[in-house]
Amino acid sequence: MSQITAKTYDQFTAAVGSYGVDITTAEPEGVADVIEELVDPPAVGTPLPWDDVALPDTVQTEPTTGAVDEAVTGVTAASLAIAEYGSILLRMDEDGSEPVSLFNDLHVAVLREEDIVPDMAAAFEWLGPELRDTRDSAILATGPSATADMGALVQGAHGPKQVKVVVVT
Amino acid sequence: MSLSRESKAEHIRHIMQTEGNAVAENTRGFNQGRYDSVAKLEAYDELKDEAREIKEDAIERLPELIDELTETVEANGGTVYIAEDAADANEYVAQVCDEKSADRLVKSKSMTSEEIEVNEHLEAQGMDVVETDLGEWVLQIADEAPSHIVAPALHKSRAEIATLFNEYFEPEEELETAEELTMFAREQLGELIEGADVGMTGANFITADSGTMALVTSEGNARKTVTVPETQIAVAGVEKVIPTVEDLQPFIELIGRSGTGQDITSYISLLTPPLNSPTMNFDDPDSSVSGAGEDREFHLVLIDNGRMEMREDEHLKETLYCIRCSACANTCANFQSVGGHVFGGETYSGGIATGWEAGVHGQESAAEFNDLCTGCSRCVEACPVKIDIPWINTVVRDRINSGADVPVETLVDGLTPDTETSGPGLQKRLFGNFELLAKLGSAFAPLSNWVANSPPSSYLLEEIAGVDRRRDLPKFQRTTLVEWFESRDAVPPADPDRKVVLYPDLYTNYMMVDRGKAAVRALEALGVEVLIPPVSGAGRAPLSQGMIDTARSKAEGVVDQLGPYVEAGYDVVVIEPSDLAMFREDYARLVPQEQYESLAEQSYEILEYVYGLLANGADADSLNLATDGETVAYHAHCQQRTMGLDEYSLAVLDECGYTVTTSDVECCGMAGSFGYKEQYYELAMDVGSNLESQLRAADCDHVIASGTSCTEQIGDLLGDEPFHVIELLAPQPTQTTEETL
Repeated sequence: MSQITAKTYDQFTAAVGSYGVDITTAEPEGVADVIEELVDPPAVGTPLPWDDVALPDTVQTEPTTGAVDEAVTGVTAASLAIAEYGSILLRMDEDGSEPVSLFNDLHVAVLREEDIVPDMAAAFEWLGPELRDTRDSAILATGPSATADMGALVQGAHGPKQVKVVVVT
Repeated sequence: MSLSRESKAEHIRHIMQTEGNAVAENTRGFNQGRYDSVAKLEAYDELKDEAREIKEDAIERLPELIDELTETVEANGGTVYIAEDAADANEYVAQVCDEKSADRLVKSKSMTSEEIEVNEHLEAQGMDVVETDLGEWVLQIADEAPSHIVAPALHKSRAEIATLFNEYFEPEEELETAEELTMFAREQLGELIEGADVGMTGANFITADSGTMALVTSEGNARKTVTVPETQIAVAGVEKVIPTVEDLQPFIELIGRSGTGQDITSYISLLTPPLNSPTMNFDDPDSSVSGAGEDREFHLVLIDNGRMEMREDEHLKETLYCIRCSACANTCANFQSVGGHVFGGETYSGGIATGWEAGVHGQESAAEFNDLCTGCSRCVEACPVKIDIPWINTVVRDRINSGADVPVETLVDGLTPDTETSGPGLQKRLFGNFELLAKLGSAFAPLSNWVANSPPSSYLLEEIAGVDRRRDLPKFQRTTLVEWFESRDAVPPADPDRKVVLYPDLYTNYMMVDRGKAAVRALEALGVEVLIPPVSGAGRAPLSQGMIDTARSKAEGVVDQLGPYVEAGYDVVVIEPSDLAMFREDYARLVPQEQYESLAEQSYEILEYVYGLLANGADADSLNLATDGETVAYHAHCQQRTMGLDEYSLAVLDECGYTVTTSDVECCGMAGSFGYKEQYYELAMDVGSNLESQLRAADCDHVIASGTSCTEQIGDLLGDEPFHVIELLAPQPTQTTEETL
């Protein structure tokens, strides 16, 4: 995907911020250190699908069910983001990104800046052919898990109580 | 009071007392959220058009799309089962569970699963069924039915849920805050999901091209429900199928905004099952969390249950476009007071529920609550797929009427000269035949007014026709507007700028003659030639009672009588917004296309017309301008707002120097005849109380309104009848304009 405009980026940060999600930016080589800072241990994660970006050693990959259950933080990649909505796309995969991003109190999502698209229409232009080709599944996630069913808005109904996004610049 | 009316009134009273506050607070919050959220969406109207087109096309091509989807899902490795009805679906689901030797099935929220009552079916076979949506779980514990299609437990306050949990679970420390209750539920349900054998979800949309189902959620329970167990079952109505992944876009942008006022919900799951994601075996902590989900099994149960027949029904068909966002419920003034336990049938609630219930459960279920739709039309603009919800309610009402017994009482036979071939009840026929009532009332005024409001008459009207005796009936005028106009000596303006037929709607002609006179003064002062020929009632009254044949014959009369004027270049100006809505909207369904179009195009609401005159150079100084910053509190009519016409009244008031405070209540509660009916009187007054407090708080020099029912209702609420906007703005009468016999 091509370089995004400053406007799209600003829109994304503002939208994400409105859901209480913190954004940290990092150069590829600095991503591991940033993640290290952001996670609340113990942390589990799935490999980041980009050559120049890595997880810190403290994030356990290929976790067992027990490790996922005990972890406080899950770290996964986000393959797309929508600036207008502050949404990130979490793709299901064989490495277990879905459970790793779902069962812990804190989810740290790692996103490449160039994968931020301006709006929902652009996202679906990409998703259409992609889902038809791969028959994959994905979650369009916006902010933390939330419910108002108990009489007031509470974060962390079933999914993560908190979400942090690392943008790889 | 008749027994059935009395028990209905009692039920409504009970629900308003026990659930009304929570329902009102939550639905009004959602409704305001919708206004705020869609206002931020630049392409809102285009997205609605797009969503509508996609649904129209999908329902048109449904059999073909179901075939395509079936092939796709099977190619993906899943199974599709088309269930004819609820029993068929339940047997299939039970069979799948049996084959998997499943003990526990966990569910995410699904109204379709409520429709088929799959929980009860599986529980009867000894299965443990757990609702994992927090609201649904609360109801499962309380053993209650949803009161809202999106927020099922919205009738329960936090304190009530806390009491329920503390009594049911007896936790070591009593639960109190929403945070404590949520975390308690998270923990309890988390364990139940971890040990589940089958996960069941609904589906908001399913795309035929890829077999992708979209689930619109916020809690994350649907994600866990499909992630943990090996077996996933999705139950969905056949109408959920849409052609492509790209078609999801407008719906995803609209559904959260329209429903709960969220720009987007926390999670839009785009699932193409069986999922290429590992299952979770919590019994074995050492098990690996990896793999492409080779052990997964997926069953899509597509449910007909009456839907294919709805598709063939020209009026119910639109119901299938519904995306179940709940906007029609949240925006409905009556729903805001009572919720789905009154305004709902076996499964569904709110305005569109009449279509769903009539289609899937049968007319009897719809008949339970169909009357609660007053046709105010506020839901029409709220609906993201632009369904004409009031029309569906009218048609079903007409069908219910036709099935009802024809009343045997002869006392009011003369008052029901309608063209209904069979049975709307007496109450409906009395209100539906308002035109004759008005003619008689006027002919015998003021005697008729004394008689109608006298204790014996009030008693009889209530006993026989259910007209609530606490209401003052409208006061008929001895001289109608048409008679006054014919008898006056006024000289029409020479060389008029425009020529107008002022439509003598029944209310203006027989009861609120002053507002008609004011309209004449204002129009003539602005250089317009005015005629007021005798024209029939517009048919609003019979239509609102579901007497479509009668409404049609009225409509045919009106277009015949107004046709020659329209052809001769006269503009038709209408004072009563609900009658203008007939000309502009409902006549499309009642009279031939050409006649509808020419009348609709040349009809104007009175203030819309005045606005146009001023914009084209007429002098506002001819009107009654504000002095010393006069203030007005204004309640626009519901249908006027739906047509987008309230803006003209506001603009003209502003131009004339008035400072205006507007109410933001969706409807006054009177809504034509609704508030006169004894079984609904208290509900109507409850709806009105919101308006009353806003009007009182505004504390203005004048209270003004645009509709007849709003005027009557505000009169009852404030003890003083408001003026119509035109009565405030028209110049004072002079000898020339007012001269009469």
